[in-house]
Amino acid sequence: VTLSPTMASSQLLLFVIVGKNEPLYEAEFHKMGGTSSGTSDSVTRQNYFVLHSALDLVDKASWTTNNMYLKVVDKINHQQVSTFLTAGNIKFMLLHGGKTEDSIKNFFNEVYELYVKLSMNPFYKYDTPITSKFFDTRVRAVARRYLS
Amino acid sequence: MSRSTANILDRPLGGRGARSEGSVSTSAFAYLYSELVQYHQSRVASISELERRLESSGYGVGLKVLELLAYRAREYKRETRLMNILQFVSSAVWKSLFGKAADSLERSIDHADEFMIVDYEPITSMYVSVPSDLGQLSVDAYLSGIIAGVLDGAGFTARVTAHSVTLEEHEVSANNAPNTNMGGSGSVNNNLPPRKDKAVFLVKFAPEVLERDATLDR
Repeated sequence: VTLSPTMASSQLLLFVIVGKNEPLYEAEFHKMGGTSSGTSDSVTRQNYFVLHSALDLVDKASWTTNNMYLKVVDKINHQQVSTFLTAGNIKFMLLHGGKTEDSIKNFFNEVYELYVKLSMNPFYKYDTPITSKFFDTRVRAVARRYLS
Repeated sequence: MSRSTANILDRPLGGRGARSEGSVSTSAFAYLYSELVQYHQSRVASISELERRLESSGYGVGLKVLELLAYRAREYKRETRLMNILQFVSSAVWKSLFGKAADSLERSIDHADEFMIVDYEPITSMYVSVPSDLGQLSVDAYLSGIIAGVLDGAGFTARVTAHSVTLEEHEVSANNAPNTNMGGSGSVNNNLPPRKDKAVFLVKFAPEVLERDATLDR
């Protein structure tokens, strides 16, 4: 399987929240007015594959620093995977085509705040999929603000 | 009664510079906790099952407290070392929940994987008396659940159990002196007979945790 770097790769952002065993939340962000009319299935699958294969590297890196923001953990072709770990070891992972560190850090910090607030809900069980639509709307708004 | 129905994602979380994070009266907690214990007591067949249920009630609290306190500290740091997470539990978590740090954090001499957190006046057992037919029951199992939740969430899997240990002579007089400062729990004049025991939370870490921590020493 060759990973073909399409025009879309630098405009597509894939954000996944991963718990101890499974993804808890996923969102794709497209740049407005991008040339592709939505990502094709195979590109999406490749993106998920890239993100998940970076998990081992995240695990390794997570014990070497006590920062929450782990910066770029993996580079594949023209894409990079940046990661942020919460105190409870929930991983926020972003697949991107080379955004500036600052904008990614700000994005992660805002999503972190949303995640902690979500966790305060006594009916939200830790490490379970996030189904709140409010959360989804908010995360997308944060992504629009910092990542486009 | 007017109550804001703002979405939870819009409410403030506190942290540096925020107004006081709010506290709950001991009596409110004591009533609620007594109901929790009675609720479980009527549904179990054994002491250990009761303790297990109390532990799992506290577990969720531990997970949330971990995330909240780390966020409020505003440092964007997490604990990766064993001693540090234990310090976090015995000081930061205890202070946030009970108004004062735990009374001591000790390491077992016989077992390298065991640690003890001691509290002379845990609020969960302040207004609880255990009849003799329930023998070894410790209602502080709720607190061991909280500790386990914090440790587990941070990646330091551990088995935490609560034990009531009789106070030794010198401890009895030190803790029951008339003007002992009770810290955040506030109630100095609670008219209860002085406690004869302290709560010891035994924390036994999983072997992988100790191995991992040992490799980080290098």
